[in-house]
Amino acid sequence: MASRAVQPNLVPSSPVEVRPSHSGLRTVFENYIFRRVIKALFTIWFVVTITFFVIRLMPSNPVELFIQEQMLQYGISFQEAKDQAAALFAIDLNAPVTTQYVEYMSHLVRGDLGQSYRSKGTQVSAIIRQFLPWTLFSVGLALTISFVLGISLGMVMAYRRETWIDYLLSTFASFVSSVPNYLIAIIIIVLFAVQWKLINYTAMRGSQSPGIPVGFNLKFLGDVLYHAILPVSVYVLTTVGSWMLAMKSSTVATLEEDYVTVARARGLPDSRIMTSYVGRNASLPLFTQLAISIGFVVGGSVLIETIFVYQGIGQQLLKAISQRDYPVMQGIFLIIVISVTFANLLADLLYSRLDPRIRIGKEEPK
Amino acid sequence: MIQAIRMLARNKVGFAGFIGIVLFVLVAFVGPFVVPIDKQTRPNAAYEAPSLSHPMGLDFQGRDVFSQFVHGGRDVVVIAFLTGILTTTIAIVLGSLSAVLGGRVDSIIMGLVDLWLGIPQFPLLVVLASLVKLDNTILLAMILAALSWPTLTRAIRAQVLSLRQRDYVEAARSLGMGTRHIIFNEILPNMMSYIAISLIFGMTAAVYQQAGLAFLGLIPFSENNSWGIAIQLAWTKGAIFFRGSLLTIMVPVLAIALFQLTLVSFTRSLEEAFNPRLR
Repeated sequence: MASRAVQPNLVPSSPVEVRPSHSGLRTVFENYIFRRVIKALFTIWFVVTITFFVIRLMPSNPVELFIQEQMLQYGISFQEAKDQAAALFAIDLNAPVTTQYVEYMSHLVRGDLGQSYRSKGTQVSAIIRQFLPWTLFSVGLALTISFVLGISLGMVMAYRRETWIDYLLSTFASFVSSVPNYLIAIIIIVLFAVQWKLINYTAMRGSQSPGIPVGFNLKFLGDVLYHAILPVSVYVLTTVGSWMLAMKSSTVATLEEDYVTVARARGLPDSRIMTSYVGRNASLPLFTQLAISIGFVVGGSVLIETIFVYQGIGQQLLKAISQRDYPVMQGIFLIIVISVTFANLLADLLYSRLDPRIRIGKEEPK
Repeated sequence: MIQAIRMLARNKVGFAGFIGIVLFVLVAFVGPFVVPIDKQTRPNAAYEAPSLSHPMGLDFQGRDVFSQFVHGGRDVVVIAFLTGILTTTIAIVLGSLSAVLGGRVDSIIMGLVDLWLGIPQFPLLVVLASLVKLDNTILLAMILAALSWPTLTRAIRAQVLSLRQRDYVEAARSLGMGTRHIIFNEILPNMMSYIAISLIFGMTAAVYQQAGLAFLGLIPFSENNSWGIAIQLAWTKGAIFFRGSLLTIMVPVLAIALFQLTLVSFTRSLEEAFNPRLR
């Protein structure tokens, strides 16, 4: 809807014009990248708006609840409680809802998400700045490893199809992709850490060891990687299966294409055919799945980070929820939406770079 | 009936999945009448090893783990089926409407799909769970379905669009059959395998989300705690750190994992049963 619904307002289509005009503005709007960015911004705006109105207009909405709670707990007047709520949620509660909305949006654009009301005086944006990098790091690392690994193994399965290695890998892939990631995480802890004592879970919890200064040195980076091992391996283990299976079927289909036969007939070396002919084309459709996968893994981080006590944004979201800290909850949710939207955008742009048909085609890629 | 079972039995993995699903349904719906619910706490027998009277041992309060396993299945299975059916229904209706009507309806539905897919579902669920009390199974199934219809809707639209071009649909259209006849008698029957498999995957997604929410403590306790809540209790009460408590935590974990595995394996049988080319 973003591209199609927003466009007509921006470019009034004249009835006469049928063939593409050469005006610069028109070219910009027909540009795939531009439309995709508009779509991403529209998604973010939509979610922000819905969240605002849910939080503000629900029958027992958090703002009212907060005011009630403050009045009961500290015996302050309604007005005082209301002023506090306004400061915390970064909105003026006396103004009409539409004005509040505009106000809230303008604060948001400047990066002001209000304050936490459990730890007084802490800006929500500060919490996000502290915890978001860990999630981005662990999820990003895991997705990269899983994607590369899945594509390689998927190609192995396609080239060696109907052999024992294919059966083994297929069984493994369908097994790990059907068991929920948080159950795998629990199984790892219960079996490997507690029952068999193979890994030192207590030392590996968290996202860094205490007492190691943050800096660009080997000790710090090593420590960060050490703590990321468990969450990253769970993300990789639970996502790699679907990449393998998708890559296998895609490769099998690509191997039957004419250009592969032609390349073989031309006597090109097998390794060249495998990388630049088969691999490149077979992995293309997987990039659209990458976009969906990013959202899923970031969403799953709420569970995985909680299990491994990894101090990322997912764990903070759950913490905010259990403390009923609505400004933090709202801010973190928005940041997750924004990160996922931009990750999707990135995956799509990457896809359009790799597949020229998308950039040139004027219709939707799907 | 016998023919249908024989057809499912052609694929061994898929048939194992089918038997697994039947067993899970039996445990969830017949089991509670056979195995009584165990509410008695035995503080001095916490984490007792399995015995004849307690085949899966006792939990942190000394309650029977086997009884909890039997009584915890119903919510999981009900949520899975309800959400799967709801999601698939929404997706079939919106997807085929979008494909057949085209034009503005198509742009609106596909726009909604794009928008919805951009929102990370699990965080949204977690936030929703903090605002709404999710103690009602049907309400939860409806919320889960409301979040998960877009992927399938898009896929069904694409399928309908491609099937619409087939000769037999063209033939039906040239014979003057109505839109309803074309959708229900020509297009949908040819998508049955796809729809059935999507239904199963919708079920696994629902189990993932329901058990995940329960594990995070966002689903209130009830008379018969689901496996997700059992994991949460075992986890928060420290069951992971005792050697003797292995079964307390692993029984619900494996129950959910196995349920997911049987569902996914069953799709292989469905693939064969519905695909005339493989038959």
